Amino acid sequence: MHNKSVAELSRDLESGKVSSVELTREFLDRIKQEDGKYNSFITVTEEQALAEARAADEQRAAGNATIWTGVPFAHKDIFCTNGVRTTCGSKMLENFIPPYDATVTDNFRKAGAVSLGKTNMDEFAMGSSNESSHFGAVTNPWGLSKGEKRVPGGSSGGSAAAVAARLVPAATATDTGGSIRQPAALCGVTGLKPTYGRVSRYGMIAFASSLDQGGTMARTAEDNALMLNVMAGFDPKDSTSLDREVPDYTATLNEPLKGLRIGLPKEYFSDQLSPAMEEQIRSAVKEYEKLGATVKEVSLPNARLAIAAYYVIAPAEASANLSRFDGVRYGYRCEDPKDLMDLYTRTRAEGFGTEVKRRILVGTYALSAGYFDAYYLKAQKVRRLIQQDFINAFKDVDVLMSPTSPSPAFIQGEKTNDPVTMYLEDIFTIAVNLAGVPAMSVPAGFIDGLPVGLQIIGDYFSEARLLNAAHQFQQVTDWHQREPQ
Amino acid sequence: MQWDIVIGLEIHVQLATKTKIFSGSSTAYGAEPNTQANAVDLAMPGTLPVPNEQAFRYAVMFGLAVNSEIERRSVFERKNYFYPDLPKGYQTTQLERPIVGPGYVDIDLSNGESKRIRIHHAHLEEDAGKSLHEDFHGMTGVDLNRAGTPLIEVVTEPDMTNAEEAVAFAKKLHSLVTSLGICDGDMSQGSMRFDVNISLKPKGSDTLGTRTETKNLNSFRFMEQAIAHEVERQMDILEDGGVIEQETRLYNGDRDESRSMRTKEEANDYRYFPCPDLLPVEIDESFIDDARSRLPELPDARKARFKDQYGLNDYDAGLLSGDATLAAFFEEAVAHGKDAKLTANWIQGEFSARLNAEEKSVADSPITGAQLGNMVTRISDNTISSAGAKKVFDALWTGENDNVDAIIDAKGLKQVSDTGALEQMVDEVLAGMPDQVAQFQAEEDPKKRKKMLGGFMGPLMKVSKGQGNPKLFNEILLKKLGG
Amino acid sequence: MTISRKDIEKVAVLARIRVDEEQVSALEKDLGNILDLVDQLSAADTDSVEPMAHPLNAVQRLRADEVTETDQRASFQAIAPATENGLYLVPRVIE
Repeated sequence: MHNKSVAELSRDLESGKVSSVELTREFLDRIKQEDGKYNSFITVTEEQALAEARAADEQRAAGNATIWTGVPFAHKDIFCTNGVRTTCGSKMLENFIPPYDATVTDNFRKAGAVSLGKTNMDEFAMGSSNESSHFGAVTNPWGLSKGEKRVPGGSSGGSAAAVAARLVPAATATDTGGSIRQPAALCGVTGLKPTYGRVSRYGMIAFASSLDQGGTMARTAEDNALMLNVMAGFDPKDSTSLDREVPDYTATLNEPLKGLRIGLPKEYFSDQLSPAMEEQIRSAVKEYEKLGATVKEVSLPNARLAIAAYYVIAPAEASANLSRFDGVRYGYRCEDPKDLMDLYTRTRAEGFGTEVKRRILVGTYALSAGYFDAYYLKAQKVRRLIQQDFINAFKDVDVLMSPTSPSPAFIQGEKTNDPVTMYLEDIFTIAVNLAGVPAMSVPAGFIDGLPVGLQIIGDYFSEARLLNAAHQFQQVTDWHQREPQ
Repeated sequence: MQWDIVIGLEIHVQLATKTKIFSGSSTAYGAEPNTQANAVDLAMPGTLPVPNEQAFRYAVMFGLAVNSEIERRSVFERKNYFYPDLPKGYQTTQLERPIVGPGYVDIDLSNGESKRIRIHHAHLEEDAGKSLHEDFHGMTGVDLNRAGTPLIEVVTEPDMTNAEEAVAFAKKLHSLVTSLGICDGDMSQGSMRFDVNISLKPKGSDTLGTRTETKNLNSFRFMEQAIAHEVERQMDILEDGGVIEQETRLYNGDRDESRSMRTKEEANDYRYFPCPDLLPVEIDESFIDDARSRLPELPDARKARFKDQYGLNDYDAGLLSGDATLAAFFEEAVAHGKDAKLTANWIQGEFSARLNAEEKSVADSPITGAQLGNMVTRISDNTISSAGAKKVFDALWTGENDNVDAIIDAKGLKQVSDTGALEQMVDEVLAGMPDQVAQFQAEEDPKKRKKMLGGFMGPLMKVSKGQGNPKLFNEILLKKLGG
Repeated sequence: MTISRKDIEKVAVLARIRVDEEQVSALEKDLGNILDLVDQLSAADTDSVEPMAHPLNAVQRLRADEVTETDQRASFQAIAPATENGLYLVPRVIE
């Protein structure tokens, strides 16, 4: 059962082959037995899940089922869940139980899906290895058989590891600079970061508001489409959410790819790319050619500046977004503050981890008097140049393809002492967030037994086309079906 | 040394919207602490702002009323600082692209001249909550009901040169926003708060001195006192050869003291940047036209009309037209009372005195304009005397009875104006006071005669049980005594 | 671009994060490295480029002025560190 996709499980529920309660028990048991190895969950909500499963079975019996009714899944612990602890991977929110739902959470509730719990993540989504979580690092299911403890990527590393380890068929995730795509690549699963504004950010704890976007993670493109059908849409509670029609993302999965124009950004295939990675990506692109796509080289001349622009803009926004964690209304508060300044500085020094503090300080610095123009304003201008690169590229091609990450999953601890090296993990993914366009990571091969992801980038609101391209690829390859031993 | 005083004002005007600027929480005043602070107002994780259309409408109405250019595209920014009454750790405000651009207001001065005060801009922003410093075991309590209440902050050019001008401007602005209906104007509840920027420069100099900002003055009187206080403080320092530090000061009106608000740790650096949770707001022509169509008659126009329509003098017209509620009260009264001058006198006299004594606003008045007007009618048609009217007013005010004529009847205040009956009473009284009559007739000094005439009025009133028309009594007396 | 200890201490106060001596040294190195990375920006020619605050060229939607919220003080204060009489408590604020 646990190897089945959301689509398959939904059919089994519909045919009566299995009940939601049985399914939920099976996945809960797997989490109990297996997750000690991965630490992919921060919170498992067994009782609530079983109650939701019983309700789902009744719904189905009453003939009111949706595709999702009774299907187990999990939420990244960044989405607020009414009555269920929501930590964002931080000591600051270790005991935070929100009395409200994120819009994404609410949408899955309404669809009847059964949430099994909250997945681990880098603290406040700041990280590319899931090592900055207050609740411990997540271990990638790949490589464990060789006794290696590798990172799952981040920040949605818990979601990626849980899906890869078959602890859930699907999980929500978020992506600010690659936090869906890079862990999806490193764990051999399929993930989608939608267009900025496609999925409501309400109740999704903010890291960098103009870059954050909720998205999907599952093993198949089809399941990603099923998830996006639930998640996408206008939300009056989010001013940056767009009032734009939501297509049925499954409807176009089977469109033929003949004539699809693929662009390969030459900047992403430089001589710094490892030959092994390049070989995997080029052979994936060959599959697309076999499916009738055409390929040409394109240029994103400002892409090399993306990391620099991102590490100004994201920390700047974060520095303000995280000011609300002050020990006054909720969350961690230091013991016996002697005065107000002590309350603030100690609460925040003790409640935030090293990487979060580092980014808040960088962001504060970039916005401070005397540096604003050189850093923040300059980064915003470079951001426009990067966006213009994508707009230009999409005049000639339908999608762009590249590696998702420069290398497969690395060993835990390898990069923790050097933030800049860690930041370079997102060298291929960050420009996408700055521009706000959608992108996916699709399993596309292995290097030394470790999965490799193909990044597919689309024009604004072209999620249906991306899912179609990924789905067709998955009809002729089985990388996404490989199971870690 | 002689000094020129340079004053600029920043005025926070709470907008009278039903809900907050970025959430659907009520802004009603006086609720239990934190019962009107929802997830957005409390800056709960993941919550997001959605701006209130009415706040923009009110800001545009204000802009039109002060002759400002309305900015078609305005942008919200974050102003970052930590304070317990600021839940997000930043205030969402406008800096580079405020909704209301440069404009002006004309003020009337006591010397009869008027002066133009330029407005630099006005921007929309959110109010903070309140810190309550009464003792909670040495802790401060924070109430966030007010957090997120929409404000416009009006920033003037440094065009005022003394406290009179500053107060005149403040009063004019108060009158404008209440007339527009965009603010309830209740200063005791903090609906309007004034920050005063003051600097001194040697008389005639072109170079501005260092300014201080005195914050959060919430009455015209305190504002006047605070300006006097600060001017004196700066003058003392400068004349002793000292330098003025640029700083924010807090004025205590009860003690007429001020002190610096600076704290050691804080070199303020607000790190403004565009709020990424909000998009630029575009205001189109139809929105502006709609706002324009909602503009009521403004004080300047109303004053002109009061002079024209009711024949009031400049002083009365100015006083009655400034406050929209008072103006409406006056017009309702005149509609029932006919005599505008007499109505104006009653409003500025007894009515204002009673409101002040009981610290009530016009809106809280227990008597209506119509009642006052009906009372004035009864004065005009000689049914009651001024003294009787005062009794009627009392009865209306205390709610003893709400009908003027019923009060007159019940209290027997109707004047006797039947000359035959009055003459009889005069004869009767004069017959009983032969000495006084003789003295009167012997007196030549008109002033003394007038005073002596008053001596007959007491007994006449007694005889008429207070109901004789004093005017007629006077006439008859003079006739009978050969005045 | 290097960042001085003094800068770090100033920024830490602005951000209300206590840092001790040892941390300042580590931050000096880490933030210095990050700023080196960020300094690549200075090479870009952005003379006639409008800053981009937002990925989408959309304008703000405005909400009707209607009360949609009810009192939920009890549930919000159930998760608060310190409250009394409906107020959030903080160490004495001196204005």
